[in-house]
Amino acid sequence: MTAFSLNRRALAAGLALPFLARAADAALPPNRKFVVVICRGGMDGLSVAPPVGDPDYRALRGPLAMGDEALKLDGTFALHPQLASIHALAKAGQARIAPAVASPDRARSHFEAQDVLETGAGGVYATSSGWLNRAVGALSAAGRVEAISVGATAPLILRGPAPAASWSPGRAVDTAARLPTLLQDLYRDDPLLGPALARGLATETMAQETGAGGPQMGGLRAAPAGQGREVARAMGEALAGFLKAPGGPQLAAVSVDGFDSHANQTGLLNNRLAALDALVDGLHTGLGPAWKDTVVLAVTEFGRTARANGTGGTDHGTGATALVLGGALKPGGIIGDWPTLRPQALFENRDVYPALDLRSLEKGLLADHLGLERRALDAAVFPDSAGVQALTGLV
Amino acid sequence: MAGNPRELDAAIAVTRFGLGARAGEIESAAGDPRGWLKAQIRTQGAETFPTQGEDSARRFAEFREYRQERLAARRTGGQADAAPARDGGDMRPADDPVAAARRFVRQNAAGDVLARTRLATVTDAGFCERWALFWANHFTASATKAQVSGLVGPFENEAIRPHVFGRFADLLAAAETHPAMLLYLDQAQSIGPNSRAAQLQGRRGARQPDGAPPRPAGLNENLAREILELHTVGIGGGYAQADVTEFARALTGLGLARPNEPQTQLVVFRQPAHEPGARTVMGRPYPAGGREQAGAILADLAAAPQTARFVCAKIARHFVADDPPPALAARLEKTWLGSGGDLARVAEALIDAPEAWAPQPAKFKTPYEFVISSYRATGGAPQGPRWGPQVNQALSGLGQRPFGAPSPKGWPDEAAPWAASDALVKRMQFAQGLAAAVGPDVQDPNALAAATLGARLSPTAAAAIRRAESRPEAVALLLMTPEFQRR
Repeated sequence: MTAFSLNRRALAAGLALPFLARAADAALPPNRKFVVVICRGGMDGLSVAPPVGDPDYRALRGPLAMGDEALKLDGTFALHPQLASIHALAKAGQARIAPAVASPDRARSHFEAQDVLETGAGGVYATSSGWLNRAVGALSAAGRVEAISVGATAPLILRGPAPAASWSPGRAVDTAARLPTLLQDLYRDDPLLGPALARGLATETMAQETGAGGPQMGGLRAAPAGQGREVARAMGEALAGFLKAPGGPQLAAVSVDGFDSHANQTGLLNNRLAALDALVDGLHTGLGPAWKDTVVLAVTEFGRTARANGTGGTDHGTGATALVLGGALKPGGIIGDWPTLRPQALFENRDVYPALDLRSLEKGLLADHLGLERRALDAAVFPDSAGVQALTGLV
Repeated sequence: MAGNPRELDAAIAVTRFGLGARAGEIESAAGDPRGWLKAQIRTQGAETFPTQGEDSARRFAEFREYRQERLAARRTGGQADAAPARDGGDMRPADDPVAAARRFVRQNAAGDVLARTRLATVTDAGFCERWALFWANHFTASATKAQVSGLVGPFENEAIRPHVFGRFADLLAAAETHPAMLLYLDQAQSIGPNSRAAQLQGRRGARQPDGAPPRPAGLNENLAREILELHTVGIGGGYAQADVTEFARALTGLGLARPNEPQTQLVVFRQPAHEPGARTVMGRPYPAGGREQAGAILADLAAAPQTARFVCAKIARHFVADDPPPALAARLEKTWLGSGGDLARVAEALIDAPEAWAPQPAKFKTPYEFVISSYRATGGAPQGPRWGPQVNQALSGLGQRPFGAPSPKGWPDEAAPWAASDALVKRMQFAQGLAAAVGPDVQDPNALAAATLGARLSPTAAAAIRRAESRPEAVALLLMTPEFQRR
């Protein structure tokens, strides 16, 4: 079985084979922006983009199956009703789904799968740095590249040797106070605290200049990242502010938590997908004209069981749905193969079949949109991945 | 770092093993640092914190009342509240009974957070408290689920704290069968697909007694998976998907009493909901039966050598270094296996291990540790109503919302996720705020620095504090020194 083959439909959708890819420049083209949204907890792909036209969908999903309320994409797929902004982007050719992607991990453990998702390695706990961080490293060889994560903790995808900033809403720093300067003195020989504080203060200055720390974020001071629709929208807008700022970051990572829908998932996913949609909408509107230079990739650690479980939810599965969005995207249909939900097509008789290695998609976007070379992608960004072909032609 | 070795050991005992020094604490540990720690190992477990006199059964009853109010409101066409109760949800008018009930449930949780923070701040047994916090994080039940939020405090008091110096098997059994865990990991809804209850429910589509729509009847494997992966043998512990499913089947029947059921206990075992038949988990057969089937699996998991290895490595990582010396984990593991998982013996082995006393502090404090140790150092004990929101807000801003770990894995224990650039700025702002409040009353900031860090205070940091232009600035500097940020 060729797990990563492209079917005729994918080719018709405008995907070039990797060997046709143009020789990429090493330097990051100016103005290009790339955002990774990590949907944690195992986002149910069959709810994000329900294959309402798949003949086996209704029987497998039972009470969770969606009907006319789902937002139509094509003859097979629709989007969840809460994803109205993303649906509007799809209608404009600026959002596409990859309905059967998976990392190389098959353990169905959140933590193992998130590790593999974020490190970009072929197996679990193989490296302690993230692939987006190593992409920053590879791009930095040719010029200054900045990256930022949104949220109080640093996500693994951006941890590593290349410096990365982080930001979360809060009180503005009093830049006239002596303390920041005294501390930078005190941290001069501290390899952990010194660089982190310097970068944090620089980001804070940028936040004050872009207005990200301004009054519209005031009410969000104590809110954890990604909770609730309005918080998510404000996060998206704030991130857009950083990405637009002169000398601001070009790469970013942000998380939306809470997708682990073992029980009563309808209400839970209404809430979480509304947050995801609002985050994307905040980014889109916040970026304004810069949206045309932007690609957003929304991924999760694994999909969920194709069948509904006994408690109105779904358990940990394999094949997942990724969303690719942005004004820089080429219009087209689904990305990758749709293995269907026929009983014999299910992975281990339970999950959506993992038809496309997520790294193929990620490599393709990094090559086309950010100009990363194959050599860097195969070895540094995604270690030992020469056998995983970049899926180019999307941008 | 000056002074004799015992002074340094005293500072390490109080700041690395404990939760940070209160006034005079390092001095009182200096006579016998190891003995000072061992005196905190008590068979009755760790001290509990007050939860307004309410146990988990009472709290769950309150949550059910709230849910009833919500249902009633929805039926009468009032302010329907369809979205799950989450922070950041819509604001409701003050006279809305649903909003009032929800506020009440939230206030319970906030009160528990405050009481727990206060205990950690004032306790003389900092090592005992840290040990308890370690196990509470190991067995995370998070308030990210609305129905769990009022139960997290009682869970810690009822299932974790009494057992932290007992046998791991008892701690495991108490944690996994507590209502908070059964709700958090969806066990309360799991039913054997071939059980009598499932057949009955399938036939008549039974409505819930509280009028909620009928629940689909079947298996939920969440608790089984996380017990294996996070609480016992760990990832790579030698189990497969089939073991998860078998264990989940064995756990069916374990659930919560309904409001109309004549039960004295909230946690019940319903034989009709239990999946009939014998089970095999990780190669071991378990005969058909009732509640004891899952009990036997839990007991075997507690005794498994993979569990000893997985948990001891985690203890070493928490107390000593993100990448701890293998010899330390091996020592702990040996004691664990030799004592049948006696956690008091394991704690002693940790104290006796030379690797745990390396002079260089390798652990970067988590936000909770930073905030607690700051309160302990400055005597800024949280008390009175204004502290509740303040503690909550401070910790949420630093990324560690109390009782709100983002996943069953609990809070991370390594520096990398916490040492984000923004996090340092947020810590600095917390230090500034606390120093502004308590700093003016600090008579001698230099003496405070010496009492807080003892022999761990570096000459560079001492000089910076000495040169501060004001008491608040000196206190803020102390809290932000590299040695105070670490342990």
